Amino acid sequence: MHAYANPTRFLAIAKPLTPWLLGVGLLLVLGGAWAGLALVPGDYKQGETARILYVHVPSAWLGMGGWTSLAVAGLAQLVWRHPLAGIAARAIAVPGMLFTALCLATGSIWGKPTWGTWWEWDGRMTSMLVLLFLYAGFIALTTGDDGQRQGGSLSRGAAIYALVGAINIPIINRSVVWWNSLHQGPSITLGGSSIDNALLWPLGLTLLGFSLLFGAIVLMRMRRIIADNRVAARLRRLADDEGTGA
Amino acid sequence: MKAKHQRLILALVALVGVAGAGVLGASALRDEAAYFRTPAEVKAGKTEVGEAMRLGGMVAKGSIERQSDGVTIRFVATDGKASVPVQFTGIVPDLFAEESGMVADGRMRADGTFVADRILAKHDERYMPPQMGEMPKNMKAPKDVKATAWP
Repeated sequence: MHAYANPTRFLAIAKPLTPWLLGVGLLLVLGGAWAGLALVPGDYKQGETARILYVHVPSAWLGMGGWTSLAVAGLAQLVWRHPLAGIAARAIAVPGMLFTALCLATGSIWGKPTWGTWWEWDGRMTSMLVLLFLYAGFIALTTGDDGQRQGGSLSRGAAIYALVGAINIPIINRSVVWWNSLHQGPSITLGGSSIDNALLWPLGLTLLGFSLLFGAIVLMRMRRIIADNRVAARLRRLADDEGTGA
Repeated sequence: MKAKHQRLILALVALVGVAGAGVLGASALRDEAAYFRTPAEVKAGKTEVGEAMRLGGMVAKGSIERQSDGVTIRFVATDGKASVPVQFTGIVPDLFAEESGMVADGRMRADGTFVADRILAKHDERYMPPQMGEMPKNMKAPKDVKATAWP
């Protein structure tokens, strides 16, 4: 678990991995978007508006997956004091919030022509909005705090917040099953998919593509946080040297 | 026992506690957090006349009737177990159609009719190309004024 705790060893892997994730991710997203917009037919009932699912579904997946990783990072920080956990959590929060916002925006744009409304307070939409606010809270908690200047670790409060917030993830997932909701039930379950294969395959491309892009963004942000920490540490040393030299 | 094992156990116990609280809360909300009530729930007497609520269900096949004023429709909402007649004056979404889901905002009238102020179409989880699905009635019609929700 601590094999990659050493930032140098982590960077040796993260640095060459980043352009690959970024490049392959972009290609898959562009290919999937082209396939979803131009190659596959529209839905039998919704027509062209259904195509927004090729962005909406990956956004929802990354918004929720982002918080799941945030909670795992919080646990790794609390229990094992893993030195990269706090850095990873800080790096994940912003793209996680971005994709959650993208999910809400694309859902709203789709909701108007499909349901006839931009927004309703049903279980799925409300719990997803709560996720957006949770991200905002986490970012507020971890911006400009002490940990940012001390190796990037999370405060105990922020790590617990990440763990407690994870309770919302199964609620989002089950919201359309537990409660009558305007949002339709799950299309893709362990039992199979009620999206026909003719419409499904571009979703596979964009889902993988956006996930790789997310990974690339997280690695870039982690590298930046590590670089910032090193600059800060060096400046502190310089200041100390000058202090003793004078 | 090492300190990190203690922390792991503490964190797991706390997680189980929080998850349990979440599940309890969610199940307590079961009725309150529902976005709409079904016709079966209405028939079971869960609603009062005049109480603002949402009714959700399938629009029964062949049930949409346009009234003579041209802007009022009547149809039957069903969930397979019970059905409730609905009356609505206004514009319905494009996807509002027979044998398709809908959610209506409104009130029960004393005569058992649900009077809606607003109607939303509910989409189901199926996505398929046009040639595969059963063509809904409103798509078979030629693209003229009549090609809206009701034939």
